[in-house]
Amino acid sequence: MSTMNMIEAINSGLDNMMERDENVVIMGEDVGYFGGVFRATAGLQEKHGKTRCFDSPINECGIIGAAIGMGAYGLRPVPEIQFADYIYPGLDQLVSEAARLRYRSAGEFIAPMTVRSPFGGGIFGGQTHSQSPEAMFTHVAGLKTVIPSTPYDAKGLLIASIEDNDPVIFFEPKRIYNGPFTGYYDKPVEPWSKFDEAEVPDDHYRIDLGKANIVRPGTEVTVLAYGTMVHVAKAVVEEHDIDAEVIDLRTLVPLDIDTIEDSVKKTGRCLIVHEATRTSGFGAELSALVQERCFYHLEAPIERVTGFDTPYPHSLEWAYFPGPVRIGEALEKIVKGLKS
Amino acid sequence: MADDKKSNLPPLSLHIPEPKFRPGDEVDYSNIEIQKAGAQPRPDVSIKPIDMSDLAYDLIRVLDDDHNAVGPWDPKLDDETLLRMLRTMAQVRAFDDRLHRQQRQGKTSFYMKCTGEEATSVAAAMALDAEDMCFPSYRQQGILFARGYSMVEMVNQIFSNKKDKLKGRQLPIMYSSKRLNFFTVSGNLTTQYPQAVGWAMASASKGDSRIAAAWCGEGSTAEGDFHAAMTFATVYNAPVILNVINNQWAISSFSGFAGAERTTFAARGVGYGMASLRVDGNDPLAVYAATQWAAERARTNQGPTVIEHFTYRADAHSTSDDPSSYRSAQEREEWPLGDPIMRLKRHLIERGVWSLEQQEQMDKECVDAVKEAVKEAAKNGILGHGLHQPFETMFEDVFEEMPWHLREQADQADKERAIKWPDAEAPKS
Repeated sequence: MSTMNMIEAINSGLDNMMERDENVVIMGEDVGYFGGVFRATAGLQEKHGKTRCFDSPINECGIIGAAIGMGAYGLRPVPEIQFADYIYPGLDQLVSEAARLRYRSAGEFIAPMTVRSPFGGGIFGGQTHSQSPEAMFTHVAGLKTVIPSTPYDAKGLLIASIEDNDPVIFFEPKRIYNGPFTGYYDKPVEPWSKFDEAEVPDDHYRIDLGKANIVRPGTEVTVLAYGTMVHVAKAVVEEHDIDAEVIDLRTLVPLDIDTIEDSVKKTGRCLIVHEATRTSGFGAELSALVQERCFYHLEAPIERVTGFDTPYPHSLEWAYFPGPVRIGEALEKIVKGLKS
Repeated sequence: MADDKKSNLPPLSLHIPEPKFRPGDEVDYSNIEIQKAGAQPRPDVSIKPIDMSDLAYDLIRVLDDDHNAVGPWDPKLDDETLLRMLRTMAQVRAFDDRLHRQQRQGKTSFYMKCTGEEATSVAAAMALDAEDMCFPSYRQQGILFARGYSMVEMVNQIFSNKKDKLKGRQLPIMYSSKRLNFFTVSGNLTTQYPQAVGWAMASASKGDSRIAAAWCGEGSTAEGDFHAAMTFATVYNAPVILNVINNQWAISSFSGFAGAERTTFAARGVGYGMASLRVDGNDPLAVYAATQWAAERARTNQGPTVIEHFTYRADAHSTSDDPSSYRSAQEREEWPLGDPIMRLKRHLIERGVWSLEQQEQMDKECVDAVKEAVKEAAKNGILGHGLHQPFETMFEDVFEEMPWHLREQADQADKERAIKWPDAEAPKS
């Protein structure tokens, strides 16, 4: 057991998997000698060799396409896309190819790859280093989408993703790489080392995909969140003296519908929080599912708190971010019926 | 629009490429430079790409006008191999003709012939090892014939029937055969290129001896994937052969829309520092020799080769296309590089190991073999009846294990079946 921040936990998971399975290879921009712009692959090339962890040309189509070919050969590639904002040139290879290989070849060829990519805002990254494009991937049949919120989960989910025989999009909320975030940009970050979730086993362990985590049990309202927003939502709940049940979804596809359904039927209220833009965001899917399954248990309309439908702004980042004010108002409204 | 201060400059004009001939036009191919067969030098496979760049603009040819195999690129194949090559190409053509007609008779939705281009897949596949991995586009059925795939299996796929091992999921001709090292055909263009490079990188990283080969059309060299693959192939010195089938037409867009007015497609490789060959794609011996050269180069760790196969799409793009509405019918008749099957036939006759009578007999046997395969496959059903596959198979293989939302949808589809087809017996899974 060691104390790790999220980057160290991801690095440890990659290291474990490279040790256990010689077919696990890492490829991406700056991931080799340098160890990645966020240091997620630091030391892996030195330890496992140049053909196991190496730099790639700046071409996401090539990175994903080559990873598909490697998977067809029998490798288990873990390509890194440096920022989720850069994933679009590789989108055709993900959507039309990786996602459908198993289906179109009736199981002859598969794409057992995990695409790691830092996502989300809150780091003054402007419109090209802040996006949350997860909904696009959840819309594609054949892709799994995983988003951790703690070092412990990041490692366990990453290992389960790498061991999975289907293509997994693994989005890492970069705002919380070093410590959880309560939504107050002007407060200093508390490092992960102060939290239990930073106690991470050094050895291999899995957190199965498709299992949500109730991070705060409660009775008055169910809050559905993932990634950075789990921590923001939890902090806002504490501030408002509302007994909310906060659920960290951890995996968007496959989704843990049972945990969601049980919780909403118990609380009768549902608030969905994500940082991504609102229209056709994953919150829309969650809202529809909750409505379809829990309608007769609902005591208030389902609420969504999201980013605005604009590109991610640079200087107005904290006006854009769905922080304590937006979440707090929605909580009050849904629980106490206050007009927003 | 124009800036007044610059009004003394001549106005700019936009160039929109236009093919030389349109329907009804008299075709004159005198603009196409046809190099003399046997005149192209064959460098050692260890040559540096920069020292062989002339071959990206030349045209490697082996069969001359008198049907003899000449020059340093003659692969000097034995009679048996050449006869097998001829029969394989003839079988492909017979299959294409028959299955095209099956589509016209409503037995399936779609078909694509490779008429005139048979050599670019058959001869190329014959020059590879059976263990080498092929990443085809949609017009490389010749690879499957060269590797001995069953025609019945192919027709089962084309008919999407109950024996279709792809479970009716793929458009006809989008085959897959892991057993024969034939990657699942996508239908999206050139996506297979970076995949082939990735496969070759994996083979190299494992110290394997197998190489990869990919095929795409000249039109789709314009895709970003092509350039991604070229970059990755050269950066990692991947053991891969990248074939560009320049058949002059991408549906109705002539090769000028992929840049052919400016340079050759083999020349794409020169800029990447890649070994580049341009070959007469209707000369099966030249295709074989170029592939053999590139395969030896790749297998000896000397990196990738791009091969442009200069050929002509003698028929429509697909059953959904009518080329008479955009190109001159004379193009096919006048094509200066002839037909690959006819050229190999004449060569074998010239060699004294073949005759017109034998050719006629072989053609008949090929037609009979296809008829038999179609008949056999038709027993398993033809497209259009919707119930060849258990409904559940629609939801299988999306993921390795079926998640709850697909399970729910599968149940719904099964309930709908009872309403939509009350009299039909549900196929057994």
